[in-house]
Parts: sequence; C-alpha cells; structure tokens
Amino acid sequence: MTLTAPPPPAAPPEPARARRLLPAAGPRRTLAAFALGAVLLFAVAPLALTDFRLGLLAKYLCTAIVAVGVCLAWGRGGLLTLGQGVFFGLGGYAMAMHLKLADAGPGNLPDFMVLYGTTDTLPWWWVPFANPVFALAATVLLPMGVAALLGSLIFRRRVRGAYFALLSQALTAAFAIWLVGQQATTGGTNGLTDIQGFFGYALDDPANQRMVYFVIALVLLALIALARQLIHSRYGELLVAVRDSEERVRFLGYDPARVKLVVYVVAAGMAGLAGALFVPAVGIISPALIGIVPSIELVIGAAVGGRASLLGAVLGALAVAWAKTALSEEFPAAWTYFQGLLFVVVVAFLPGGLASLARTVRARLARRRTGADEDGAEQKEAAV
Amino acid sequence: MSGTGTESRGGLEISALRVEFDGFTAVDGVDLSVAPGDLRFLIGPNGAGKTTLVDAVTGLARATGSVRFEGAELLGRPVHRIARAGVGRTFQTATVFENLTVLQNLDIAAGAGRSAATLLRRRKGVPEAVAEALETIGLTALRERPAGVLAHGQKQWLEIGMLLVQNVRLLLLDEPVAGMSHEERDATGALLHRIAGERTVVVIEHDMDFLRSYARTVSVLHAGRVLSEGTVDEVRADPAVQEVYLGTAEDAAAVAGAEAVTGA
Ligand SMILES: Nc1ncnc2c1ncn2[C@@H]1O[C@H](COP(=O)(O)OP(=O)(O)OP(=O)(O)O)[C@@H](O)[C@H]1O
Ligand SMILES: [Mg+2]
Repeated sequence: MTLTAPPPPAAPPEPARARRLLPAAGPRRTLAAFALGAVLLFAVAPLALTDFRLGLLAKYLCTAIVAVGVCLAWGRGGLLTLGQGVFFGLGGYAMAMHLKLADAGPGNLPDFMVLYGTTDTLPWWWVPFANPVFALAATVLLPMGVAALLGSLIFRRRVRGAYFALLSQALTAAFAIWLVGQQATTGGTNGLTDIQGFFGYALDDPANQRMVYFVIALVLLALIALARQLIHSRYGELLVAVRDSEERVRFLGYDPARVKLVVYVVAAGMAGLAGALFVPAVGIISPALIGIVPSIELVIGAAVGGRASLLGAVLGALAVAWAKTALSEEFPAAWTYFQGLLFVVVVAFLPGGLASLARTVRARLARRRTGADEDGAEQKEAAV
Repeated sequence: MSGTGTESRGGLEISALRVEFDGFTAVDGVDLSVAPGDLRFLIGPNGAGKTTLVDAVTGLARATGSVRFEGAELLGRPVHRIARAGVGRTFQTATVFENLTVLQNLDIAAGAGRSAATLLRRRKGVPEAVAEALETIGLTALRERPAGVLAHGQKQWLEIGMLLVQNVRLLLLDEPVAGMSHEERDATGALLHRIAGERTVVVIEHDMDFLRSYARTVSVLHAGRVLSEGTVDEVRADPAVQEVYLGTAEDAAAVAGAEAVTGA
C-alpha cells in the first residue's frame, strides 16, 4: 500500500534553455572550474604580476585557505568560527619556530632570544621544532589537536550560536595576549620576524618566493578539492542537517557534537596550514596577525563571497584581502570600521553572500525566460 | 502492572513517570504499557502532557520513574542513544531538513549506523530501504526536491518515512495528521495500520474520526495522568472521559471542538 492521495504537485518544467548556457552543475563543470583556477594561478598570475604583487597574492591565498575551512565549518556546519586566528597562529608559530632554529643553525639560539638575553638554553618546548618533519606535522596536527580538545568540551556542553562565536573570540584574544606576555620565548609583540630561509632556500631570492607562491596555490587547490569531496559526501549532507536542525539529527540516532567536531577540527587544520604557509610568504608571524580583528577578517571574506559556497568563500576572501591592502594604504584608520560594517551588512542583509545574489539573479532570469516557477532549484545550495 | 510481553521486540513499559518544569508537573505519575505491535492512540485535552510524555521517553525532557523499552531502561540515556536503541519520533510541527532534498533526508535517517568510511564517500544511487520508503510515502517523484518546498502533509509523510528507514521498532507520532485533508488522513491511517504489527506505534491525536477509524487501543491523558485506557469503545463509554475530554455535549460538538484545537 502506498500513500497516493493528492497527486504530487507537478514537477517544475525543466528550467531548460536558460540554464544550458552554462554546463550543468556536475563533474564536468567542476573540472572546468578547477582547470580555469589552475591556469589563472599557475600561468596568468605569475606572468601578469610583478614579484611584489605576486607576493601579495601569495598572502591573500593563505587567507583563502582559511576561508575553505570557514566555508565548511560555518557555511556548511553553522559554526561561526570567529577564532580561526588561534589555529592560524599555531600553524604559523610552529613553522616560524622551525625556520628560526634553522636560520640560527644547530646548537644556536634564535636571534631574538640572544637579543633579550633572558635564557641561554633553548626552552624545552622549542626543542622538537628543530626537526623539520616534526615541525611540518605540527603545523597541521597541533591546531587540529587543540581544536579536538576545545571542540569536545564546547560541543558536548551544547555551546552554540553567538556563545560559540564569543568563546572563539575570547580564546583567540587569550592566545594573542599570552604570546605577547612570553616575550623571551615567543618574541612577544614583535612575534617571530626576519625569517631568512625556507628549508634551505633563501627567501630574499625572488625565484624562491615564486616557488613559495606555487606551493601555496597548489595547497589551496588541493584543499578546495578536499572540501568539495567532504561537502558532497554523506557527511556533508549530514553536516547541513546538523546546521539546520541539530535536535532532529539527534533523534535520528546521531551525536551532533561529533559531527560538528569533525568539521571544526578539519577547519582548524586548514587554518594551521595557512598560517604555516603565510610565514615564508610574508616572513613574519606575530600576535597582531592572529588576535580578534584578524580572526574576524578571516571570516569576512567568506561571508561576503558566500559562506555556503566554496567558490564564493574563496573569491570573497581574496577580494576582501585585496581590498584591505588597497584601502588601508589610503585610509589606514578607516579599514577596521569598514570591515566591521561590511560584516554586519552582509550577515544581516545577504546571509548567502554574493554567491547567493548571483544565484538569485540567475534564477530570476531563468524564470522570466521560461515563465516557470522555479522555487525548488533556487533553494538548493550550490557548492563550487 | 508488569509487562504483558512488553519486554519483547518493540514493547514499551512506562511506570510512575513524572516530569516537572519549574515546579509545574506536566506528567504526574503515568503508568502506561504498550504491547509489541500495538497501534495505540494517546488522546487528551491541550496541555494534558502528551507531548511531554513523548519528550520524556525520547530523552528530551528530564523525567523520574521508569521507561523500559524491550525491557531496557531508557531514562537517563542521551537522546541519540535512545534513538539508536530503536525508538523514533516525529514532532507536532513537522521538522524535516528543509535545505536538503527528500532523498537526502531519508538517506540521513537511514544512516546512523554508518561507518566513517561510508560517511566520507558520496551516496551512489538510492539505497534499497530508501527507495522502498519513497514508494510507501508516495514521494518518489519528488525525491530530488528540497524538503522545504513540500506541502505540509508531505512533510509529515516524509517524517514517517524517515522513521521507517531509521528502522525503529517503536514509533511515537505527535499529531501526524494535523492539517491534512480527509483523503490524506485516510492514506496515513492505512499506512499506520500497515506499519503497526511489525512495529509498535503510538499516535498522539485529537481527531476523533481518525481515532475511531484507526486506533486499536486508546489511552486518555488528563492533567498529566492516565484517565482511562482500553479499546475505542471502552474509552468512549467511560463517564470520566466524557466529562473531561469529550465534554458533556454530544460527540458532534466535541469533535468540532477537538478539531478546532488541533489547528492551533
Ligand atoms: N519546556 C516547558 N517548560 C514549561 N512548561 C512546559 C514545557 N513544555 C510543556 N510545558 C507545559 O506542560 C504542559 C503539558 O504540555 P504538553 O505539550 O505535553 O501538552 P500536550 O498534551 O501535548 O498538549 P497539546 O495537545 O496542546 O499538544 C502544558 O501545560 C505546557 O504548558
Ligand atoms: Mg502536544
């Protein structure tokens, strides 16, 4: 026996012609998008940009890597991660500690420790970072481990929404303050600066800077592919379900705390990797780069571009990072206000970001052309 | 009154159940046993504590007393463990994942036992249990549409479908036919009849016509207590029930009243 009572509302007429202008969403379109991204990153940008501009782009790409994680955690999982600075910082410091030790040479103290002169032996927690394998692994595993610990405490206690965001902010502020306070071992306010080499390559050589750029671009593309796989997996569907109705998911026999923990840890790992790559690209990591304001900066791009859409989040992050450079050169004081305003406006009036605007416009156009009601298609969330 | 087979597959045994909200007792010492395969209707005026009773059984509301499902105590277990133990529920206002398609909704409901490796892969095609449920609830043609655009009745069916693929042995349905047309109600009633037997079904309902047509047994809840229990006819003949629930007037008026209430 089957429920047949009312005939189901007629399926919407195929939103045909208007849509076909683009290849249908699917593997082919994804491949095309990846190919285009690769061409832009690996051919067009290096040819068209000066070394200086390419260096800036490398820095922006690091922000975009964080945005990939934000897209997963916030856009897909509903976790407003306003504290990604912690993980970015952990990755950045892990990398910078190794590079400082490598610069100093075996048995020597990093320059700032000698300068401050408060210790003549390396603090114990610096020692393992002399090993490149340990340091590289730590750039990702340390943030992930910290996120796992924090997340299991936070999610099990059902801290959600604004409280989660506030807690994230508090943690990142605390971390930055702690770093400032440990001048002798962390470089304090200055951070770890003046980094010379990157696994044997001199960073002041433009060719090597270019190589760093390529590594960052490659990592970004790889992480986008990974995130895409996650979004389209069963886990990705479950994550959206948790975001939209955590309670309901619980009644289906899942523990939402574990579902959220996974995405939180993954996003933390991505932020850590971004922080690690930021160090050779820019040559510094400091508390000012990971406190409250930079942490908000790391999510604004995703918000503007469209947090639920990978492409939106990544492009948004790049655009906001670029705008920051452009605007803060001219009006250094205004940027912070502008940034806050941008965040509020987008979250309040365009929660889906520019990606949703594009989608709405496209759906409207299609509707006008076919004269069909496309309520369904419009609501589906596009990813990539 | 200890189990008439409530320890076997799908049986529910509630005793001395109490739920308090800041000094207000919403469920006040309820004893209730539902035999495996029963189709039990739970009725009672607004605020009688019906939803709260289901909340307590499914771990949402903190309660004292005892709730034994297939002989095992449920009280004190977290919600998702109770669900894993084979108890499923729907909500008074249909709650489906509006941004996900009908198919995704069902696939998630079917998947609580999946391994990490399975979760990280894409869904390939339609799992058999999901396809079957889609047929049963009549939503096969709409499976690719976001659940948010479904009509109210279709959402209710989707919820029932989710319980079917979740493969629970006890279904607790909170006003599943509220807001449905007569044809939709009949289709739902027939479906519940078919589900019961293999599984145990408890339905909270206000609608008297629906109750008369489809209930096997009825429990009447009033002010947090069980007022009466038995077959439809037994319950309807109970003067206490007529007084508090059906009212002193004729059935017709009561039915009208109950339906008005249902809409609220
Ligand atoms: N979370 C809560 N906090 C305080 N009081 C509550 C809470 N939930 C329910 N109540 C109260 O408990 C009583 C029983 O509510 P319940 O929702 O179980 O009634 P019901 O029988 O399901 O009614 P209805 O037919 O209207 O759905 C009501 O008086 C209600 O106001
Ligand atoms: Mg109720």
